[in-house]
Amino acid sequence: MSARSVDLLVIGAGPAGIAAATEAAGLGLSVSVMDEQSRPGGQIYRGIETASPKRLAVLGKDYAAGRSLTESFRSSAAEYLPDTLVWNIGSDRSVDFSRGGRAQQMNPSAILVATGALERPMPIPGWTLPGVTTAGALQILLKSSGIVRDNCVLAGAGPLLWLVATQMIAAGARPAAIVENLPRGRIVAGLRHLPGALRAREYLFKGLAMIARVKAAGVPVYANATGLAIEGSTQAEAITFSSGGRQHRIETDAIALHQGVVPNQQITRLVGAEHRWDAAQACFHPVLDARFRTSADSIYVAGDGAAINGARPAALQGRLAALLIAEDQGRRVGTERIRRLQAGIARDKSVRPMLETIYAPAPEILAPADSTLICRCEEVTAGEIRSVVDLGAPGPNQIKSMLRAGMGPCQGRVCGLAVAQIIADRKGETPEETGYYRIRPPIKPITLAELAAYAPDEDAPRAASGDAAA
Amino acid sequence: MTPAGRSGTRGFDLVVVGGGIHGSSAALFASLRGLSVAVLEKDTVARHASGTNAGGVRRLGRHHAEIPISQRSMQIWYGIADLLDDDCGFQIAPQIKVAETDAELAGLSQRAGELQAMGYDHEIILDRAGLRRHLPAISDHAVGGLASLKDGFAQPYKTTFAIQRKAMEKGARFYEHCQAGRIHRSDGVWQVETADGVFAAPRLLNAAGAWAGAIAGALGEAAPVEAIAPMMLVTNRVPHFCDAVVGAAGRPLSFKQMPNGTVVIGGGRRGRADRHANRSEILFNELQLTAETAMSLFPVMRSASIVRSWSGVEGRMPDDIPVIGPSARHEGLYHAFGFSAHGFQMGPGVGELMAELIATGATQAPITPFSIARFAV
Ligand SMILES: Cc1cc2nc3c(=O)[nH]c(=O)nc-3n(C[C@H](O)[C@H](O)[C@H](O)COP(=O)(O)OP(=O)(O)OC[C@H]3O[C@@H](n4cnc5c(N)ncnc54)[C@H](O)[C@@H]3O)c2cc1C
Repeated sequence: MSARSVDLLVIGAGPAGIAAATEAAGLGLSVSVMDEQSRPGGQIYRGIETASPKRLAVLGKDYAAGRSLTESFRSSAAEYLPDTLVWNIGSDRSVDFSRGGRAQQMNPSAILVATGALERPMPIPGWTLPGVTTAGALQILLKSSGIVRDNCVLAGAGPLLWLVATQMIAAGARPAAIVENLPRGRIVAGLRHLPGALRAREYLFKGLAMIARVKAAGVPVYANATGLAIEGSTQAEAITFSSGGRQHRIETDAIALHQGVVPNQQITRLVGAEHRWDAAQACFHPVLDARFRTSADSIYVAGDGAAINGARPAALQGRLAALLIAEDQGRRVGTERIRRLQAGIARDKSVRPMLETIYAPAPEILAPADSTLICRCEEVTAGEIRSVVDLGAPGPNQIKSMLRAGMGPCQGRVCGLAVAQIIADRKGETPEETGYYRIRPPIKPITLAELAAYAPDEDAPRAASGDAAA
Repeated sequence: MTPAGRSGTRGFDLVVVGGGIHGSSAALFASLRGLSVAVLEKDTVARHASGTNAGGVRRLGRHHAEIPISQRSMQIWYGIADLLDDDCGFQIAPQIKVAETDAELAGLSQRAGELQAMGYDHEIILDRAGLRRHLPAISDHAVGGLASLKDGFAQPYKTTFAIQRKAMEKGARFYEHCQAGRIHRSDGVWQVETADGVFAAPRLLNAAGAWAGAIAGALGEAAPVEAIAPMMLVTNRVPHFCDAVVGAAGRPLSFKQMPNGTVVIGGGRRGRADRHANRSEILFNELQLTAETAMSLFPVMRSASIVRSWSGVEGRMPDDIPVIGPSARHEGLYHAFGFSAHGFQMGPGVGELMAELIATGATQAPITPFSIARFAV
């Protein structure tokens, strides 16, 4: 078998990825799209092609809007490879992937990383107990199989928390409570950005409407909650917190946590692209130029994987990135189109400063107690991390070597940000100075048998040493 | 660590270039002998081979010339927890090299005989049944093996970090993110220039791993160090089936199951090493063979998944044995580098003998085969 080459490989079939692929294919580029899921749509439009009218009604208008995106993608000339796992990208841009149980390789001229966002880890006491999930995971169940959880407490903060609450209400599974851990004063601080945000006021109206709907449905809402903790020995039994000057305890075996979303860095880290720490949002962003290019040659990022903006701007960014990639590859592209897309993105982004001010993660989430588990795969606590930092270990990779934090199957996807922040705080540095885990392939597990059967292009790099002996 | 000034000269008895296990271990033993020591490390301690190796504490199968030093090192390993106040994750375990054919087994028997004749009895032959007593999960086709029952494994970063901390406790100073630049000697004192000022000492140890050839070369001593990147795979946790560290006589392999159930597989296959960019890259077309070998020796591995891989930059000499000893050219200059993918086990022993050599001018250890003079042009 010999590895195929394409002009553009898009990784991720969410709004950014499929919009980019549709656009690039329309410009005559040969395009392949790989995604782990079996159908296009990504997280936000998951299940969109198969959703019944009833489920579409439960999930709302914004969700239904995903249909036209997937339809034009389906009718484009872009090749779509579902159920496909990208697990390595070499320095020569060769892409190793698995499909149908077989490891293969592709050699694209350019790669657009459209792998979106992940939920931020929310390490509070008991967050790893069975019965505790995330709001995003809850929503995936709802979208993909219509499953809802009864008597569920939603805890944390962020637009998604309210969205999931309204969707659960529409599905007939009213949440037991919302425990919002927004620090006091956030709304007032956010209002400073109101004039700018009014450019995209429909977002604000939607947000307010969601909150009103949840309250109208009689869901108890606890505001400015602090000291969140989950009780239980083998299973979540209750959530405790203080709010309104009182200590509360709600018994429940179902809790969904949420503390906003952050760019998924696994692929951009794997290819060694530069990243910058965003102190306000407490997350890393890949460093991009105005043409969506990372510091790694011909590797681009669009959508929430670059910075969190949401579905609509992600699709616009995907289209724009496709135009710019085509231009980088020597095609002629209409400048008016580029300008219009840029204007659309800027308009949608105008709501971000306000949202980001309001929903920046709560300080107590960023500084978990010593006894709180941080790495769930290897069961490492915040206190253990701090004590190894105190011994003199300089950063996340040494913590990983000493404690195995980030060595489990998720490779730190879940705990990475929390670990980086704990170390940085302990050392009195920024996480940018402290650095992040070195992400090593495969970024998702593959079987040994699959690797044993791996036979990429014979021309693939096969070298013992890359530089001359000195 | 002291805050490093921007300029000025700091004086020591010994400056070590390289904060890997060899530089750190030499610093520890030199400090124990009362020398004042500075270790200069361009990245962080154990960033390269010493923190990323397979952790094999192996005497089995060593080059004849290495055996005495490896034996001495093993004695230090047995007491490592007391020496360093850290268990380093060290565990005694058999190291076994598996023969897959009768011809391979005959080769191993010959080796065992040679070692017996030299007076070493740590390597023994296992017959078919003996092999299965130690490795019940081994494939049916394996015919026997060569074993060193009291070897072991340790955690590489934990070990090197513990050596560093103990050396600091004994007075050594470590300067990280401090690259040795131009080096010269005036009035019998080595001057090592760095961005943090000049480090001066009458004695200098080059323990710069894959980068040591450049340092030796700049001082007029040829040392053809190749940068290599041995690669390792890690699987998900699988039920306990293997207590030994396993190699193969006929194909490259190092295989061990960790106490937590994950299996670490490596041995021989190399990725791409880039010593200028300070990094290495995994080449899966090479690892394909590693996966094949592991599955054919241990059929239980067929259903395992690979969760991670890694590699590290290591220095290799053309004859696959290190350079250990005094410079052939300059007084006060010493070398310990080029451990060719098997220097972790030797770290404590080589550090001890280098400290002896540096402090007293001589060592009982048989280091002649490792002289840098063998590469003189
Ligand atoms: C994947 C892998 C698996 C291995 N498995 C085993 C095993 O199972 N058993 C075993 O015994 N051995 C094993 N080895 C080999 C072993 O790791 C090495 O032989 C040993 O660690 C070498 O130690 P060192 O101190 O010489 O080199 P290093 O650890 O590379 O240290 C040299 C240091 O010098 C620093 N440096 C270089 N130039 C400068 C400069 N100009 N200024 C300042 N600092 C400088 C470098 O940054 C580096 O940190 C393995 C190696 C690898 C990579």
